[in-house]
Amino acid sequence: MSGAGLRVVRAGVLTTVQDLGRPGHAHLGVPRSGALDEPAHRLANRLLGNAERAATLETTVDGCAVRLTRDAGDERDGGDDAEGAARRTGTGVGTRTGTRTGTGTEAVVTGAPCAVTVDGRPAPWGVPFRVPWGAVLEAGPAERGLRSYVAFAGGVDAEPVLGSRATDLLSGLGPEPLREGTRLRLGDPHGCDSGRDRDAVRKGNRRPEPYRRTDGTPERNGHRPPEHGRTAGLRPAPDAAPWAAPPRELLLPVVHGPRADWFTDGALRTLATGAYRVSADGNRIGLRLEGPVLERSRDGELPSEGIALGALQVPPEGRPVLFLADHPVTGGYPVIGVVPQEALAAAAQAVPGTPVRFMPVSG
Amino acid sequence: MLPAGRHGLLVELPGAEAAEAFHAEVLRRRAAGLLPGVTEIVPGARTVLLDGLARPRRLAAELAEWEIPPLRRGGGEAVEITVRYDGPDLADVAALWGVTREEVGRLHSATSFRVAFCGFAPGFGYLTGLPERYHVPRRSDPRTRVPAGSVGLAGPYTGVYPRSSPGGWQLIGTAVDAVLWDVEREPAALLAPGTPVRFVPEGGRADVPEGPSEDVPEDVREEGA
Repeated sequence: MSGAGLRVVRAGVLTTVQDLGRPGHAHLGVPRSGALDEPAHRLANRLLGNAERAATLETTVDGCAVRLTRDAGDERDGGDDAEGAARRTGTGVGTRTGTRTGTGTEAVVTGAPCAVTVDGRPAPWGVPFRVPWGAVLEAGPAERGLRSYVAFAGGVDAEPVLGSRATDLLSGLGPEPLREGTRLRLGDPHGCDSGRDRDAVRKGNRRPEPYRRTDGTPERNGHRPPEHGRTAGLRPAPDAAPWAAPPRELLLPVVHGPRADWFTDGALRTLATGAYRVSADGNRIGLRLEGPVLERSRDGELPSEGIALGALQVPPEGRPVLFLADHPVTGGYPVIGVVPQEALAAAAQAVPGTPVRFMPVSG
Repeated sequence: MLPAGRHGLLVELPGAEAAEAFHAEVLRRRAAGLLPGVTEIVPGARTVLLDGLARPRRLAAELAEWEIPPLRRGGGEAVEITVRYDGPDLADVAALWGVTREEVGRLHSATSFRVAFCGFAPGFGYLTGLPERYHVPRRSDPRTRVPAGSVGLAGPYTGVYPRSSPGGWQLIGTAVDAVLWDVEREPAALLAPGTPVRFVPEGGRADVPEGPSEDVPEDVREEGA
């Protein structure tokens, strides 16, 4: 087990550990949870050669700052003492190869674009970079969108619950949201759980796929030649990570049902034509929408029934709520339609006030 | 059969019993490998949500052909939950039922329950089995904090709160040692849909016939009060 870790310097409004969630347990009352902008989360892991299920940090609105530590329990910041200096200059004993060495680890920030710094110096967004042990990696406030994903080689290692490290804010499963001083371990970039083959690691085939070194430097028995620590030698760096910026207007496809028949025909027209806006009190559970009321054709509540991810539930006051990853698994208010999962990442990045239109599509 | 997004299907059934029977059949078919791709099978009060289906419409068409065997009662061993009948709403429930406080516990523990579905919180099961004359409304003023282990009634359901949370159910007792939800345990949830459940009064079950009776042993009545 790797001893590397991080300590939270600035937690931001809400920063949580996220992965692909825990689908398949809704029948036990367990929400799916997982990264709200799943494509951004997956991309961050791919850029680092992690398995896509490796855990990342999901920030909200104002980013976060973490100090990387070679030993998760190390009280020292590593910035001012001789050992820290040795780590940064790479004079320490290199015990790791690949994406993590004796001097630091690789990280990447995706999702909502933001200023990225390492010890105050600019680092790229959407491109992997090295963070020396003891240095502070900061993801600044989101310039567009809401949620950035901060990923590390090997992933964030927290105790999995039902196979996932995701923080579920509805039911409290998974690690607590980050606070100043929170310590988290990092996974082993070569461990089973990073998605790599441990035997391959032992044989020296440490970077099986998809990224291989391009400089042709020979590798022997897990010892990397000193010059290999440079980022440039690790892989072809992409010019820019693709990311669809949140549009000025959020256009959400919606498949009518299962309870569209609980609404008047006028309500279905209103849903298709009405001008809605993202309300300020959205969270990981759902996105509240401001706009015209959807009129019901019948009163009362349904006996509790299962709710799909992306469900557009209409509480008695008549304005729809779009359910995101931490949504309740059953409920009694009618669901007028379901937004396909592909559209939910954009919804999760839509800042309050963003205009929303719904576009009925066939199932 | 109601659409629930591009990959989901909400199957509505005539009643709770039919929903349970249908749910059991869905589980059988999944176990037999006949429902490829399905990620979630979520029973409700009289529905079953299937999600993650590659072709929900095709399945919807096939469902009409399914033969659903009637639900087998008494299948499987019941999970026993020891209860101290000391809830703060015991007197209210007794009044609604028209029985004494002691009889509430006796009647409740003489009932064979079954988990109809889960929701609200991980490990929270909605248990059916109480006859309709014992159905009670939710409290008009929900509590901001219901202690973990509280045994409550609402509508046709009995439930045990897996953890402290707000709640509006009428509380009749406390589960003494049952852990409804433990992520360190496999399985984490004590109750899953379909699980038969019996409540056992703390201090032992009085051997009582169905229905109200006056001869409750003194020691049972007073235990843990």
